[in-house]
Amino acid sequence: MPKIIYKDHQGNSKTIEVESGLSVMEGAIQKEIPGIDADCGGSMACATCHVYVNDKWFDKIPKAEDAEIDMIDMTFEPKKNSRLSCQIIVNDDLDGLEVTTPEKQT
Amino acid sequence: MKKTDAIIIGAGPVGLFAVHQLGIKGLKVVVIDNLNKAGGQCIELYPDKPIYDIPAVPECTGEQLTSRLLEQIKPFKTEIFLNERVDEVYQEKDNWIVKTNNKNQFIAPNIIIAGGVGSFEPRKISLKEAEKLEGKSVFYSVQNKEKLRNKKIAIFGGGDSALDWALELSKHSTITLIHRRNEFRGAQHTLSKIKDLEKEGKVSIKTPCQIQSLDNEKELKSITIKFDDGKTEKIQTDVMLGFFGLIMKLGPIAEWGLNMDKKTIEVNSKNFETNKKGIFAVGDICSYPGKLRLILSGFHEVALASVECFKRARPNEKYKFEFTTSSKTIHNRLGKK
Repeated sequence: MPKIIYKDHQGNSKTIEVESGLSVMEGAIQKEIPGIDADCGGSMACATCHVYVNDKWFDKIPKAEDAEIDMIDMTFEPKKNSRLSCQIIVNDDLDGLEVTTPEKQT
Repeated sequence: MKKTDAIIIGAGPVGLFAVHQLGIKGLKVVVIDNLNKAGGQCIELYPDKPIYDIPAVPECTGEQLTSRLLEQIKPFKTEIFLNERVDEVYQEKDNWIVKTNNKNQFIAPNIIIAGGVGSFEPRKISLKEAEKLEGKSVFYSVQNKEKLRNKKIAIFGGGDSALDWALELSKHSTITLIHRRNEFRGAQHTLSKIKDLEKEGKVSIKTPCQIQSLDNEKELKSITIKFDDGKTEKIQTDVMLGFFGLIMKLGPIAEWGLNMDKKTIEVNSKNFETNKKGIFAVGDICSYPGKLRLILSGFHEVALASVECFKRARPNEKYKFEFTTSSKTIHNRLGKK
């Protein structure tokens, strides 16, 4: 199973196995990773599962659609490597993916 | 204090359908919602997005679903209190008393919490100085545009609210429109009008950049913005408007003594009552084994909750299950003869 590394804004990291086909958000929610709220449940409507994707990985994940980019406008401290974790679907190629949760979601 | 049979908190699809389910049973209700219009997440988060899983409705948008529900509950002439948030809930014998932030008070044997993921509130700028100046020179909505005449106004955001207000307020004020990226997601025809105003020198557009600091603590004089390339710029500003969309906050619900599971309220799946007799939770905000966060599940939940509400509101009457197709009583309540 692909391993996903979740770091918090202070640098603490947790590595968990996330089943292929689940989103990075769902993986976090199942294992109660703090820092990802996902209020809307993954319908790309709330921007509370915002993460920064490690630069090394950013280009390896499918690009965000317009609706996601629009939604990222609503996040707390968006950056160039901002993504909504509900839109990153885990597969074997993403084994080792590293994301950092922002200081807060709202 | 207004007396009623049930107080519904939240005017989303499930809260609106609660009016129907209680209404056909002859119960009078009031609805309270923090937004300025009914529809909840449907209207606030995805008014234009199609929904495909409402039974017998192959496709409809959040806005259409809301207007159809409003149409469906019209016969009950229910009062919906908008722009109001329920702050306090307390018990008085077999009744519950609800107080809102507008000082309205209601009393009823039943409360149905159809609160979605909490109340919608504007997303705010996280700078401490912005917090101190909120309501004085930092705003997240425009209450009175007359007060914003002849000012230097910095507007943040890339959606329709930011663009619409930039256009409107540019009639009497100097506007700086600031957004974190070059693309604006608001209506493109509004944007082209603003770009014309930019050429005339009435509006200046700053992208891609974000707020770095507010330069005076007691009274806003200027702000500093930081561009993506690291450059900063100071902008003379009297008033700052932020339109970063809305977030959902559980708010005071967490303090009503209900059994909670993270941000949801635990209910039994027989009648969706919480640990407090007479307080029900339905829709996205409730949790029970197997819960699905679907609108259709919310409809089911509130249908069952309404039966228990009836029993509490009419303890001396026997509850009689009836079909809308055949019940004369229901037809009368719906105004059908």
